[in-house]
Amino acid sequence: MNLHEFQGKELFAQYGLPVSNSKVIYEAEDAQKACRDIGGSKWVVKAQVHAGGRGKAGGVQLVDTPEDAISFAKKWLGKRLVTYQTDEKGQLVNSVLIEECTDIAEELYLSAVVDRDSQRVVFIGSSEGGVNIEEVAKNSPEKIIYEPIDPLCGAQGFQARKIAKVLKLNNEQTKQFTPMLKNLMKLFIEKDLSLLEINPLVITSGGLLHCLDAKINIDSNAIYRQPEIAEMHDPSQEDPRESEAAKNDLSYVSLDGNIGCMVNGAGLAMGTMDTIKYFGGNPANFLDVGGTATQERVSKAFKIILDDPEVKVVLVNIFGGIVRCDLIAEGVLAAIEEVGVEIPVVVRLEGNNADLGAEILSKANIKIESINNLGDAAKKAVELAK
Amino acid sequence: MSILVNKDTRVIVQGFTGSQATLHSEQAIEYGTNIVGGITPGKGGQTHLGKPVFDTMDEAVKSVQPNASLIFVPAPFCKDSILEAAESGIELIVCITEGVPTLDMLDVKKRVDELGLTLIGPNCPGLITPGEAKLGIMPASIHMQGSIGIISRSGTLTYEAVKQTTELGFGQSSCVGIGGDPIPGSSFIDILELFENDPQTEAIVMVGEIGGTAEEDAAEFIKYNVSKPVISYIAGQTAPAGKRMGHAGAIIAGGKGTAADKISKLKECGVYVADNLTEIGSTVAKAINK
Repeated sequence: MNLHEFQGKELFAQYGLPVSNSKVIYEAEDAQKACRDIGGSKWVVKAQVHAGGRGKAGGVQLVDTPEDAISFAKKWLGKRLVTYQTDEKGQLVNSVLIEECTDIAEELYLSAVVDRDSQRVVFIGSSEGGVNIEEVAKNSPEKIIYEPIDPLCGAQGFQARKIAKVLKLNNEQTKQFTPMLKNLMKLFIEKDLSLLEINPLVITSGGLLHCLDAKINIDSNAIYRQPEIAEMHDPSQEDPRESEAAKNDLSYVSLDGNIGCMVNGAGLAMGTMDTIKYFGGNPANFLDVGGTATQERVSKAFKIILDDPEVKVVLVNIFGGIVRCDLIAEGVLAAIEEVGVEIPVVVRLEGNNADLGAEILSKANIKIESINNLGDAAKKAVELAK
Repeated sequence: MSILVNKDTRVIVQGFTGSQATLHSEQAIEYGTNIVGGITPGKGGQTHLGKPVFDTMDEAVKSVQPNASLIFVPAPFCKDSILEAAESGIELIVCITEGVPTLDMLDVKKRVDELGLTLIGPNCPGLITPGEAKLGIMPASIHMQGSIGIISRSGTLTYEAVKQTTELGFGQSSCVGIGGDPIPGSSFIDILELFENDPQTEAIVMVGEIGGTAEEDAAEFIKYNVSKPVISYIAGQTAPAGKRMGHAGAIIAGGKGTAADKISKLKECGVYVADNLTEIGSTVAKAINK
């Protein structure tokens, strides 16, 4: 689960990290009061969406009157911001962060991720901030440090000093950085983060470290024990079909093809998409209906798939392991009736009682192609989608 | 021979009396797996599926001497259950449960490694040695005793590989689902090493998917350490970047973990790659007959 910048900064503030004075507004008219409350004569206004690249897309602006802050908020609230990280529809802006202006001397980079190779939380630091870190990693890897943290010992002072050298911090800044690193690690562990990124971490004209941005992802598996974080969930930033699927405990990812897919198991779902592509078609979605493909789940899955107007045919691919294929076939038929599916459906059932399942499907009065072989089923779906 | 489990493996089931554990333990017993009992705190002293139930692993170890554990407890309790098994000296721990928080696994993995134990999973179908023992949720009927070792990050994809190798008459020595999480208890490399040393295994099928670099690391290992033919299939060639494809570990992040990268690395290291999911079996045949 992703957080907005302002939510990330709230967490930073809770953990004693230096962030700007700021206010979040949801109505344009609140901008004036927000500017006054913050004080000063210059403010940065930032559209809040779950995507990077906001600055270049016009979603971040420096203003020197509260009126300009109001017009920025009017321009963006309720609109969609398109950046290089979003699709062409963009992300809905439903809040704007207004911050006091920070004078920047240097821009640095700091992030932390769960690293699969070392099986540790690893901090990544670079003296090159405000830019794409993947580019820095490719072009000047010597400017980047990777520091793994032992899960039982936590972040130590020597590790902060080591990272500080690469960030080219002076002694005073290194002293400021040491508790920052320890607190960031504490935040990472206590709130079940999967990613934390401060890009840029800046040195102000006063010589102090300051977190100018905050990108935080939370481990979805751990939301059950993070009630405060769960409250921060903003479904408006997600694909509506993906949120609907998540509510029903189905994994769904929208794609841009026209062959709807319903599969049991994440790996097989990807394999099915690949098979469709291999035979010249384009999958409309990834959908894992789960290990127990009951009528109820299959119905919900059909509804979500058919909500996409591009879908011309649905390919159902179920490997019946524990669940018998004849029961799955009955479930699929009942679901098709219930939902009122009008486009062709190709069904491939494999595993326990697959023959019986195929027989049930072929006797049905609905337009279903029952094909036992996955390659042939995919070919048929591709042909019907043309 | 086989790897990790055989008919003599003494299995204890953690979360024994739950509905999933009951269903799958029943099938495992029917398959011939030597389940010696189970653990459900608060239900010690009862009998379930004809086997004794214990409150703690400590009691189970004293009473029925298990050497493998099969875990079905809900995700919030997996860290506790895996560590309970590990601290009790259970050599092989198989965790089926999906949805274990990643940070729990960081602690667990460190401790399990320190103790030198084997953890399979979480978020996996488990493992099976056809004809001998089944510690997991895979359908027994598609398996056949034979010569192919199978390792996979995905459940239903493993079944595809199993079915195709059964249909072509090869059968399987053992099949291990290592799971789809970012921090798995065992890696491809851990299991490849076991299959390389297992005389029954003639060829190895490795089913991978997008996300991370486990397949690339395995490719490098195979190049220098595996003499048997290795056949691979990688799922997710059409997956978009930045989206989690069901499994917590299946995500292309920062341009890393694409199927194309994995496939080219595997080929470069001498692995036979099936272009398509439907060609795993035929690729095995090609590799063996070469």
